[in-house]
Amino acid sequence: MTATLPGHASAVAEPVAALPRRRAARATALFVVLGVALAALTIYAGGRGQLAIPANEVWGSILHRVGLDWGTMPTHPQGDNTLWQVRFPRIALAIIVGAALSTAGALMQGIFGNPLAEPSVVGVSTGAAFAAAIVIVFQIQLVGSWTTALFAFVGGLVTTLLVYALSRAEGRTEVVTLVLTGIAVNAIASAGLALMIFLGDTQAREQIVFWQLGSLNGSRWEHVGVVAPLVLVGLAGSMLMSRRLDVLALGDRAARHVGIDVERLRLVAIVLVALLTAAAVSFAGIIAFVGLVVPHLIRMLVGPGHRVLVPASALAGSVLLLGADLIARTAVTGADLPIGMLTSLVGGPFFFWLLRRTRTSAGGWA
Amino acid sequence: MTLRLDHVSAALGGHPILHDVSLDIVPGELVALVGPNGAGKTTLLSVMSGDVSPTSGEATLDRVRLDDWKVAALARRRAVLPQEQRLAFGFRVVDVVRMGRAPWARLPQEDLDDVIVAESMHRTDVLTMAERSFPTLSGGEKARTSFARVLAQQTPVVLLDEPTAALDIRHQEQVLAEARRLAADGHAVVAVLHDLTVAAAHADRICVLAGGRLAADGTPRDVMRPALLGDVYGHPVDVIDHHGRLVVLPHLITVEKETPCAPVPS
Repeated sequence: MTATLPGHASAVAEPVAALPRRRAARATALFVVLGVALAALTIYAGGRGQLAIPANEVWGSILHRVGLDWGTMPTHPQGDNTLWQVRFPRIALAIIVGAALSTAGALMQGIFGNPLAEPSVVGVSTGAAFAAAIVIVFQIQLVGSWTTALFAFVGGLVTTLLVYALSRAEGRTEVVTLVLTGIAVNAIASAGLALMIFLGDTQAREQIVFWQLGSLNGSRWEHVGVVAPLVLVGLAGSMLMSRRLDVLALGDRAARHVGIDVERLRLVAIVLVALLTAAAVSFAGIIAFVGLVVPHLIRMLVGPGHRVLVPASALAGSVLLLGADLIARTAVTGADLPIGMLTSLVGGPFFFWLLRRTRTSAGGWA
Repeated sequence: MTLRLDHVSAALGGHPILHDVSLDIVPGELVALVGPNGAGKTTLLSVMSGDVSPTSGEATLDRVRLDDWKVAALARRRAVLPQEQRLAFGFRVVDVVRMGRAPWARLPQEDLDDVIVAESMHRTDVLTMAERSFPTLSGGEKARTSFARVLAQQTPVVLLDEPTAALDIRHQEQVLAEARRLAADGHAVVAVLHDLTVAAAHADRICVLAGGRLAADGTPRDVMRPALLGDVYGHPVDVIDHHGRLVVLPHLITVEKETPCAPVPS
C-alpha cells in the first residue's frame, strides 16, 4: 500500500515539464468570440424588424433600462415599447432555447459515447409533439394558453423517462438497447401524432404542423420566466458532470474501473437532457439539428473535453438560434418563417460537410 | 492488502465459466494467468476487478467483498487494463492518461496529477505522442497509452488483460519490466498472458487455468513442466532451460504428405 501512495511518484518527477499544455488559450478565444458575437447580434436583432431602430438607440434603451441615462433613446414613439414588449422577449427566448438544445445535444453525445446521438433519439421531440397535438385537437384549456407548452413539456419528459425505464434491465442500460427502445417509443408517439392529425379539423391540423416546424413568434417575458429557470438548472447540472462525462468516452466498463458510477451518471444526464429539451420545445416547438450540429462544431474547434465543450456549445447554440430567428422573422416581409425549417435547411448540408470533413481527416470521428 | 478469491465460481450469461477457484494475490508479486483459449482467464480477471460477481464463493479485497466496495473507492485500490482499447471521441493521448486520475479528483492527491501523468507517460514511452489524437494511434500505441492511464491511477492492485497482445518485442519487454517494477514497489500485479515463455521470464508466480479450474499455481519452475502443460493445452511441449531462463516450445505438427486427390497442376 505504501508504495502506491502518490507521494512516491513525486520523487521521480523530472519529466513533468514535457507535458503538453491544456488548450486553454484556444478555449478562451472561442468564449470571447462567441460572447462578443452574442452581444452584437442581440443589439442588431433588436433593431431589425418592421419598425427599424438604429443600433445606438437599441443600446441607449438597454442602458436606460438598467438605470444609466446614457445614449439616445429610440426616437420612434413606439420604439421603446416594441423593443421591450416584442423583440427582447423573443431574443431572450431564442438565446435560452438555443443554449438548452445545444447543451442537451452535447450531453447526449457524451453519455452515449456516440457522436450521432441527439435528444430526439430518446423521444423528447416526438413525445412533446404528440402531447401538444392532443391539446390542440381536443382544445384542452387546463391553464389557458399555456396548456400546449405544459403538455409538450410533460410529454417530452415522460417519453424520455419511459424510454430509459424500458431499456433498463438488471440495473443496467445498454446503449444499443436504449437507442432501439427510443426508436420503438418514437414510432408509437408518431402514430399517436398521426392519429391526432387525422382526428383534428383543418385548423387544428394547421396548428399541429406549424407547431412541429417550430417558431419563436409571440414570445413573452412570462415564457422566458418559465423556461429560463429550468434551463439554468439543466446547464448547471451539465457543467457539474462535465469532467465525469469525459471518462465515459472510455466505455462503460473502463469508466467504472476509474471510479465512475456509470448508471447513476447516465440517469442524471438523461433527466437533464429531458429537462433541457422539453423546456426548449414547450414554447418554441421542434427546432431540429441545433443539438446535433453545434457540439460537433465546437468539438472540431477545441477538442472533445466536456468542461469546455458543454459551456461553449451552450453559447454557440444561443448565437446560432438567435441568428436563425433573426432570419426567420426578417427574411420575408410580413411573414414569420418556421425556425425549425431554417435550422434544418442550414444544418442538413452543414452536417453533411462535417461528415465528409471528418472522414477525410485521420481518425474518422476524431 | 490482499485480493482473495475463496472457492469462487462464476458464470457469464447463465453459462458457468469458473469452478471453485481459490487464489490469494498479495503485494509484491507479479502473477501471470495462463491457460488455453476459453479457460476463463478474462472472466477470472473480471471477478478480481469486481465486474463479474461470483455465483458462489467470495471475492474480497481487504476483507471487504468486491460487490460492497463503492465504485470510486474501489478505483483508488485497483486499476484494470482492458483487452481492447476503445475511445468514443478524439481525446489526445495526454487527456486519456489524465482520465486515470479521475478517482483522485477533489482529494489531496489531485495536486500531483501533472507529475504522475508525466511520469506514467514517460515509463510507457508515450510522452512523444502526447498531443496525438487517440483514435489515430496504432494498436500498440493505444495499448501503451492505456497502460500509462492504468499507471496514473496509482492503485495497490493492478490487473492487466493481455497487456502485450499488440506490442512488438521492445515494448513488450518494456511493459512487462514496468509490471515487474510495480510488483517490486509493493503493488499486487495480475497479468493475463498468452506466451508461456514470456510468462515464465517475468512472473513471480504462474496460475494455470484449464476448463475454468485452477490446474496449477506456483513459481515458474514448479509450473512449467512438459507433462502438465501438454495436458492442459492438449498439445505436447518441450521446456528448455536456456541459460537459466525457461523456454516453452510446442511440438510441431507434422504435415504428412499424402497423395493428392487430384494432381496439382504444375
